[in-house]
Amino acid sequence: MGQIQLSKVTKKFGDLTVIPPLDLQIEDGEFVVFVGPSGCGKSTLLRLIAGLEDVSGGQVLIDGQDATMVPPARRGLAMVFQSYALYPHMSVRKNIAFPLRMAKMDQAEQDRRVTQAAEVLNLTDYLERRPGQLSGGQRQRVAIGRAIVREPQAFLFDEPLSNLDAALRVGMRLEISELHKRLATTMIYVTHDQVEAMTMADKIVVLQAGRIEQVGSPLELYRTPRNTFVAGFIGSPKMNLLSGAQAEKHGAHTIGIRPEHLLISTESGEWEGTVGVSEHLGSDTFFHVNCPGFADPLTVRASGEMDLKYKSRVFLTPDPAHLHRFDAQGLRVE
Amino acid sequence: MATQHSRSAARVMMAPAVILLLGWMLVPLTMTLYFSFKKYLPLRGGDLGWVGFENYVRFVSSSSFWPAIWTTLIIVGGVLAITVVLGILLAILLDQPMWGQGIVRILVIAPFFVMPTVSGLVWKNMFMDANNGFLAHLWRAFGAEPVQWLSQASLPSIVMIVSWQWLPFATLILLTAIQSLDSEQIEAAEMDGARKFSRFRFIVLPHLARAITVVVLIQTIFLLGIFAEIFVTTGGAFGTKTLTYLIFQRVLESQNVGLGSAGGVYAIILANIIAVFLMRIVGKNLDA
Repeated sequence: MGQIQLSKVTKKFGDLTVIPPLDLQIEDGEFVVFVGPSGCGKSTLLRLIAGLEDVSGGQVLIDGQDATMVPPARRGLAMVFQSYALYPHMSVRKNIAFPLRMAKMDQAEQDRRVTQAAEVLNLTDYLERRPGQLSGGQRQRVAIGRAIVREPQAFLFDEPLSNLDAALRVGMRLEISELHKRLATTMIYVTHDQVEAMTMADKIVVLQAGRIEQVGSPLELYRTPRNTFVAGFIGSPKMNLLSGAQAEKHGAHTIGIRPEHLLISTESGEWEGTVGVSEHLGSDTFFHVNCPGFADPLTVRASGEMDLKYKSRVFLTPDPAHLHRFDAQGLRVE
Repeated sequence: MATQHSRSAARVMMAPAVILLLGWMLVPLTMTLYFSFKKYLPLRGGDLGWVGFENYVRFVSSSSFWPAIWTTLIIVGGVLAITVVLGILLAILLDQPMWGQGIVRILVIAPFFVMPTVSGLVWKNMFMDANNGFLAHLWRAFGAEPVQWLSQASLPSIVMIVSWQWLPFATLILLTAIQSLDSEQIEAAEMDGARKFSRFRFIVLPHLARAITVVVLIQTIFLLGIFAEIFVTTGGAFGTKTLTYLIFQRVLESQNVGLGSAGGVYAIILANIIAVFLMRIVGKNLDA
């Protein structure tokens, strides 16, 4: 079982409060992603759960048991580090077997688990190699193998894909998701990449400056962001956030409209502007439209067939059903 | 761009340095070999002609030869063991965050800057003197009879002095190696259930293997030739005569240059045997 509960957890480094009192409930078997800009405290939060950092206040409960003072090894959690942290002088086999060896498990059981993990992760041919002889993706898999042989209550991933190239990242993302489906173990995953968060998570926790901005499923966060920070952070390209006269027209301090909810036309529409940069992805085209009276250019998603010249005149119409309104504090107004 | 022309120019430019270094090595080596086949007694008739391998036979058959070899090996081995073990412990200690770390580190390195002759004398007169030495006072404070360090425990005393000199070197190399250890590896081992000692045994020690190799190789080269520490303390008495010291005695005290030169050739052979041996054992640590 892998239910984790944080209750009034705080972390201070000297006078600096990195995490103000924070509550969070993680259910058994969930894939939870902590996402936020760099320095938002998401890695610190993960390390608090792992026990690699001591909390300054509050409690960490694992399966209802107070684990606040329990050393990392006895929390029943396994962690995959950003640098993989493989032991360079040991073969892949020994790396994967290391936690079992430390637990003084008998050799036959060790071999059985290592062989099984190697099969799951396609590492069977590499068991006798050293980490230095493996590619980035293979090292990543060894690190995951070292975590799964322990059959932990929960897996902790600290930005595991940030050292891989883009193509490999997409592949590993899928592999980790599949692993979660198969093992059905709680996983906590830290990333700064909102695409990883959206594609992998059952539940996303958006963090900023140590505070939780919003918790919810990817689509909940996408459809009903609780505040302007979440609205701007989740989704790619970013939601267009407008304030001033245009927002007041809709009775809000700030309004937000996603690029796919703006209708672009060359004949007529609510806002008039000129096309700036266009980004052609093939399936879609993103236009950056400069409208007079708007501080920033608006991003608009159009179909891939649409082709507009630089500086050509266009009209934009926001879809009123998908208009997000926020008050002066940045909070959502229904 | 390395064209044909610039390559030959480079060769010409480097030639003086190469020739100088080669000469620096070859001239003494040739002279040693030349004298080792001669009966050459500067104060008793000078050059008395070729004698073939007589010097070599005499040097080895002398009753001092094997004891000198053993003494040399004991000193080298003892100092290596002490400096590596204590060096690792000190390096771990110095790696801990503490107040005044910078100053402590400089203090630890300090013995390395003391000249061998000076440190030998300091140890002999200030620490090991049986009447006024610090250790004698310490022994008396506990009601014990002071030890006559340099006569009763001469070899351990020499090992102690030399270890004190070389400990900073070992510590420094090992400290930098420890500092280069990825902290995530230690954390991963911690998560994997390795306790403090296991983390040291399975993560830190293998990481230090290469640094330990470097320490052992470099120290061995220098320790085979220690001389000043013995000269100013025991003067080669009480079983502290190393191969180097024996050669010195043959050449300067007995005024027998031929015999000493033969000893020198043996020293070269010994050093090479040990070097090959070491490279075999520890060389694999240096690659990968």
